[in-house]
Amino acid sequence: MTDAKKTRSYKLRIWRQPDAASTGRLVDYEVADVDPDSSFLEMLDHLNETLVKKGEEPVAFESDCREGICGACGVCIDGRPHGPVTHLTTCGLRMREFGDGVTITVEPFRANAFPVVKDLIVDRSSFDRVIERGGYVSVNAGSAPDANALPISTDMAEDAMDSAACIGCGACVASCPNASASLFVGAKIRQMKILPQGDVERTRRALAMVEQMDAEGFGDCSNHGECEAACPKAISIENIATLRREYLRAAFRS
Amino acid sequence: MSTPRFQLWSSVGKKLLTGITGLALMGFIVTHLVGNLNLFVGSEAFNGYTEALHQLGGLLVVAELGLAGLFLLHAVSAILVWRDNSGARSVQNTVVASKGSPSKQTVFSQSMIVTGSVLLVFVVLHVAQFRFGIFGGLDYTTTLDGKEVRDLYRLVVETFKNPAWVVVYVGVMVLLGGHLRHGFWSAFQSVGLLDPMLRPLAYSAGAVFAVAIAVGFLVMPIYLFLFA
Ligand code: HEM
Ligand code: FES
Repeated sequence: MTDAKKTRSYKLRIWRQPDAASTGRLVDYEVADVDPDSSFLEMLDHLNETLVKKGEEPVAFESDCREGICGACGVCIDGRPHGPVTHLTTCGLRMREFGDGVTITVEPFRANAFPVVKDLIVDRSSFDRVIERGGYVSVNAGSAPDANALPISTDMAEDAMDSAACIGCGACVASCPNASASLFVGAKIRQMKILPQGDVERTRRALAMVEQMDAEGFGDCSNHGECEAACPKAISIENIATLRREYLRAAFRS
Repeated sequence: MSTPRFQLWSSVGKKLLTGITGLALMGFIVTHLVGNLNLFVGSEAFNGYTEALHQLGGLLVVAELGLAGLFLLHAVSAILVWRDNSGARSVQNTVVASKGSPSKQTVFSQSMIVTGSVLLVFVVLHVAQFRFGIFGGLDYTTTLDGKEVRDLYRLVVETFKNPAWVVVYVGVMVLLGGHLRHGFWSAFQSVGLLDPMLRPLAYSAGAVFAVAIAVGFLVMPIYLFLFA
């Protein structure tokens, strides 16, 4: 750390919970010498180093890619999934967004369908089980086809990609006052129903994925639209409109 | 793998229900407002309008039952949505904040169950008062084109000579406006009609619609109290 750069210190209130069975609580910490250009996760790493030195249990949080593509790192920062900046993951968030000396509250992505594993880590396997019910194509799609060999326009490909940008981080669920997974499920359904490979199974997919979503204990949607604001990939609630259309369509096809 | 069945009472099924019934109720409320504008014209216009409705006979009863069904279906599906949602996050975070635009979360979207519940109680009261005359006045008659007809105009005017009723009706209409501020665009979204182009349009139109409906209804009791 260069002397020229002024470092910052923060008061942190972090959710600590030893395991799924115990009840957790917020614990106060202070962290100093934080480079404003470091990421939020690096700040937590820095805190953990000091905790380990003091012989205390480090704060458990998840991360993998640290470049906004894996979806592992989500936490609620001052009540907002992935923090105050829109369209960004926690790993992409920089400490310069937080003024020197402020208090920052860090809590897990909260939902009954996302039980806390430890501290800030939640179990998002409910998402996996929803995917298992239809988030795939059963045909062998082979290797990447030659350009223009499939009748898919640029618009169609872009449209499908906008939905496929979902990294499954769970911010939609965490931000939703109802803990609904509608944006996640809608994005998966839309991504696949647009393309010919996925079109074949769209009826079964819509019915099965909605059934699993409900079985996992996610809430219903009230169209608050909070999920779109919280989504690091800016996935539109148009995908939720698609979810409704696909479900209604399935009513007449099944 | 066997295909699961469409479930009307699944999460998405319930949204289709609140949306379709919400759209239908909005259609009704516009019709109701337009019909009631006869109150501003006067006794003959209003009694002529209500008499024309009563002339429908059996058809009117069918429409009334249909409306009652709509209200019930809307209320039941919406209350079930609310119940399921309350159970989906048992432990709340201590700090909860909105990320702002493009979120559509407002005091209106958060209070749908409150404004809706008031509307439910109000609708029962309103029908009891003017359809079944529990506070009297159904026996008022007048002559219209030489025919003896019910004088519902007098019943309405006498009701709103009482400032307490004016306050109740104006208050509920403000809440109706609040319900529609979120409900208008939300209903279109619930039935899957909105894309990123139409959404801002529907959201803005919802503000105009909510104010127009609320103001349209609430000036009636005030007007009758002051001038009738
Ligand atoms: C009978 C009493 C009523 C109750 C209990 C009620 C309750 C509710 C609730 C709780 C919602 C939100 C549903 C959700 O969270 O997704 C809702 C939505 C809505 N309500 Fe009502 N409401 C009532 C009457 C009305 C009336 C009189 C109208 C129309 C004039 C109306 C129009 C709407 C619309 C358009 C929506 C949006 C539907 C959607 O988002 O799917 N409601 N209602
Ligand atoms: S760590 Fe992979 S998205 Fe943040």
